[in-house]
Amino acid sequence: MNEADRGGVSKEYDDGLTVSELIGIEKVRTPEYVSVSVNDEFVKSEALGGTILRDNDVVEFLYFMGGGE
Amino acid sequence: MAFSDDQLERYSRHIILKEIGVRGQKRIGEGRVLIVGAGGLGAPAALYLAAAGVGVIGVADADAVELSNLQRQIIHSTPDVGKPKVQSAGEKMKAINPDVAVNEHHVFVNAGNVMELISGYDFVIDGTDNFSAKFLITDACVIAGKPFSYAGIIRFQGQLMTYVPGEGPCYRCVFVDPPPPDAVPTCSQAGVIGAMGGVIGSLQAMEAVKFITGAGKLLTGTMLTYDALAMKFQSVPLPKRPDCAVCGPSPSILHPFDYAARVCEGIAL
Repeated sequence: MNEADRGGVSKEYDDGLTVSELIGIEKVRTPEYVSVSVNDEFVKSEALGGTILRDNDVVEFLYFMGGGE
Repeated sequence: MAFSDDQLERYSRHIILKEIGVRGQKRIGEGRVLIVGAGGLGAPAALYLAAAGVGVIGVADADAVELSNLQRQIIHSTPDVGKPKVQSAGEKMKAINPDVAVNEHHVFVNAGNVMELISGYDFVIDGTDNFSAKFLITDACVIAGKPFSYAGIIRFQGQLMTYVPGEGPCYRCVFVDPPPPDAVPTCSQAGVIGAMGGVIGSLQAMEAVKFITGAGKLLTGTMLTYDALAMKFQSVPLPKRPDCAVCGPSPSILHPFDYAARVCEGIAL
């Protein structure tokens, strides 16, 4: 069982979950442009599908925000 | 710099703070901050930095005030519609505090002028509204070794981080490259709640004052995010990206460039 802490929320997921699958499950907006860190290390976009989450991993999603004006 | 009686009264609420004091207020008076963009983020930042008595404040913006700006860009008023934003902002800042020198840079910041523009300042506030400008400011500040505050806002959300040379990741560590045009909505497409600029732009001003005075801990290595609907702030730790193209050990970006120009040149993003 994987447990990922997403933005301060603890959740449980099935074993063997990849970061790409988590992005889908969590319905991340603009998933192709989200920046992801696992345990305080950025995951390269090409590695999201191959990165398997483990118990107590901490996953953060950061989104582009281009506004300011 | 000795304070006049009026200045002692004006800055009394700062001077009484043990983290600021007379010494800190003198530093603020000697500080030089550039605000790029006199809009939703830049407006509150400019007002608070002027009120704080930052000695020299540069405001860079090529636009004129539009009616649709007034829902959030609180430095501009209805009679200012049509006026250059830098002029409108400068008038308000000087009205709040005549101690402050305002440099009005009525220019569109680009790769050709950004290095010279930032060179005259100690700290830069990114209050721009597009990814090309945000990456340009990041690259220029990293290359020049210039501390800056990045921020972005959209809908009911905002985020900001501070870059200090040698003390943590840069914006490009987090987002690597801009998204393709129109892949991610802008505020004009998706909207933004007016007070969001006030919250996040004021936090940028706070970072500038803390940097100038040395008070407290800056948002280096941290993205502070704010969700107004959930009414929740979160501090997200930011690692450095070991292969970052601008702040990494072997940078491939050695000069600032404009992404728009790259598109025109047919270089894939």
